[in-house]
Parts: sequence; structure tokens; C-alpha cells
Amino acid sequence: MNANKKTAEKPLDNFLSLYGDSLKRLALNDSGFVFDPMNGHSFTVNPSGLELLKLMQKQKDVELIKHQILRDFDVSTEMLERDVVEFSEQLKRYLK
Amino acid sequence: MLVREVNQLSIAVTGMNARADNPGPGMAVARCLREMANFQGKIIGLGYDVLDPGLFQTELTDAGYLLPYPSAGEQELLARLQYIQEKEGIDILIPCLDAEILSMIHLQDEIAALGIKMLLPTKDQLQLRNKDRLHEFVNEIGVKTPEQTVVTNSRFFNDCTKKGWSYPLVVKGQFYDAGIAYNPEQAIALFHKIAAVWGMPILVQKLIEGDEVNLTGLGDGEGNLLGTVMMRKRAITDKGKAWAGITVHDGGLLKEAEKLVQALKWRGPLEVEMMRDNQGDYYLIEINPRFPAWIYLAKANGSNLPRALLEMLQQQPLSELETPKVGTLFIRYAQDVIVSLADFEAMTMTGERTKQD
Repeated sequence: MNANKKTAEKPLDNFLSLYGDSLKRLALNDSGFVFDPMNGHSFTVNPSGLELLKLMQKQKDVELIKHQILRDFDVSTEMLERDVVEFSEQLKRYLK
Repeated sequence: MLVREVNQLSIAVTGMNARADNPGPGMAVARCLREMANFQGKIIGLGYDVLDPGLFQTELTDAGYLLPYPSAGEQELLARLQYIQEKEGIDILIPCLDAEILSMIHLQDEIAALGIKMLLPTKDQLQLRNKDRLHEFVNEIGVKTPEQTVVTNSRFFNDCTKKGWSYPLVVKGQFYDAGIAYNPEQAIALFHKIAAVWGMPILVQKLIEGDEVNLTGLGDGEGNLLGTVMMRKRAITDKGKAWAGITVHDGGLLKEAEKLVQALKWRGPLEVEMMRDNQGDYYLIEINPRFPAWIYLAKANGSNLPRALLEMLQQQPLSELETPKVGTLFIRYAQDVIVSLADFEAMTMTGERTKQD
């Protein structure tokens, strides 16, 4: 179980170490509209995605990020793990 | 000597063509000038085709004149400019089309003798940015270009993979036009199509996967790049021209453009087109020696570069060129210009539309 958890955590750790600086430049609007001022990409995210982005802009501690999402949103740990991986994969396309 | 304020000048602007898939920059430049504070001057639209809409668009131009095609020769162009000058009293001419810049450089002393000022690069500067020489020059100053070779025979495409090339690749004309070929058949078809219109040789480039980013600004001739505005295309026409775009701040693009302007000591307007690949490396595609068709985006962001050009030529202090706000979008649209039969007849028969028509 622990081993599985570690494996699942890794993609977000990797993502934050690779894209942490790029995430910081994103302009986030409370409506969920996101704009990258460097490459001109824009996209929309849902409330949980927006919260996740805000947290990722502020810190790189994956455990703290997950803790806050679990506290504020009605989501299971398993679903969060899956969603976070999927979300970070989607973000990569916009942060090039 | 009394120097006239820039908002009182008579300014001629070329490139009044505006076909929706590939508009010239002239109408956008005229719009930037027309919207200068307290503009009391005159804008003369110059074009090459009787259906160039800017020649008739009275909100932007006070008069319109046809110019002879470059193939008619430079003396024909000079004679036409002399005629227009006698009628309109032009202070400044802003050429907006690549194909006419060299003739304007050749004629600049004669045009200056007519009392018309222009802000142009030198012939050497212009030739260094020619597609066939660009590669060699920019690599010397540390700016990357896509790997390129000159091709004079379409047989190249049948066995180029044995020489280290791979599909897809870009097939380009020496002066204009380009396309992406995904196999030898497409490459050969593009080769013949482009060669038939633009002549030989044909250039072949490695395709850079990534985002195209563009920058416009003014070179002061001493290596400084002024009033930069950067834009990323958000939608393109069938010809690859911007249909919508958004202002960005791309530090890497700015650095590369500054390097180019410093090395070239570029004088005048320019547009730098680069590709940023997925690793974040920049590759120069083209330097255009003029304002781009999206120049109004710069003015709308507080950086009225056509006005700055007038100020430089009038040797007046430059008005503030604001740092562009990122995230400002332009969306182009096509509009019908209504032309009376009298104006159409005048343009067809005499090549001019003046206020009296």
C-alpha cells in the first residue's frame, strides 16, 4: 500500500520539479480562466483544478498540497491521486 | 528650421492590400497614424492593385494612388512618386511591403530630394536578412535557424532521407511561400508549385515542432530595439497568417531579437518571426523589414510604433512607448469597403482617388 502510494506520488513530484517555475507565471482568475503570459496559451479549469493550481504555485510540498485538497473538497485519496496525475499531464501541454 | 509636429504631417503608406487571408500592413499602419492624438495631418494610401481596399477607405486615407509594379522598374516608381508628391506634398513615406523595400533603398536619395523622408535599413542590412543568407549570418552571432539546404532539383526529395533529412520538412521559396511536406510526393509538388511562382532555388528546412512567436519593434540604427511588442498567433488563415493573436512576454524571444538588432544595427521597423521548440530553444524563421499587419495591436497597447517612426524621422523626442500588457487579444475580421462608381472609375483610369473624386 505504501509502495503504491509512493509510486503514485512521484508523477506530481516530478511535475513540480520540472514545471514549478512555469506554473508561477500563470495568471489565474477566480472564474477558472488561466492565461500563460509567456506563450499565450489559455485554458479553463474547474474549482478543484483552480485550487490545485493555486497551491502548486505557492509550494512544492506534494503532501501539503494533497492534504489541503482533501480537506477542502469532497474527494477520496485514491481519486485525488488519479486526478492529480491526469491534471498534471494535461497541464504539460499548455506549459511548453 | 521649424520642424512640424508629427500629428500635422502628410504621410504616405504603402501596402493597402487587405485580402482576408494575407493582408498587407498598410491599413493597420494608417489606423495607428489616424488615431494619434490630435491628428491633423494627411494619410495617402499607396497600392498596386485597383482593388486594394485601403485606397478607398476614407476613414483611414485621405487619398489613394496606384504605384507601378516593381517589374516596371525603379525609374517608373520614382516618376510616380514625384507626381504624387506634386499633388499631395508628402513629408514621410512608410513602405510596408517586403518586395518594394530594396527599390526604396536604391531610390532613397532621389526620394529625399523630393522632400520625402523614409526610415529604412541599409542595403547590406536588408540583404543579410534574405532567406538564402540569413542562415549563415545569424549562426555567426549565436542565433539558431532551422537546418537548411538549397535545392535546385526535385530529385533531392527522393533520396534526401539517405542524407540525414527526414519527413515532414519545410519547402520554401527564396522570397515567399512555404509549405510542409510529409512525403517525397508532396515535397516534389510543393517544389514545382513554388518554383513556378517565385523561381529557383528552393530552400528546404528541417521542421521545428513548437510554437511560432513574433516580435515587432523599431531599430534605431545604433543597435537598439525600441518599443517591442510580442505576439503569439492564436488562429491562422490558410496562408498561415495571423487571424487572431495575443500579446505575450517571452524573455527568450526578446533576447534573440535584441541580439539580431544589435548585430545588424537595424534601422527602421521590423518583425522577427521565431519558432520556440518543445525544449525551449528558439529558431529564427524570418526577419521582415517592415511593420507587420498586426501592428495595431502594438498601438492598442500603448506602443504606437508608426508614431515613433515619425518622431525619429522628425528628430523629435520619442513619446512614451509603454510596456505592452500581456494577454491582449486581436481578432481580425473582413469588412466591405463601399466604393462609388466615380472613385472606382478614377482609380481604374488614372490610378488615383483624391478628396475631390
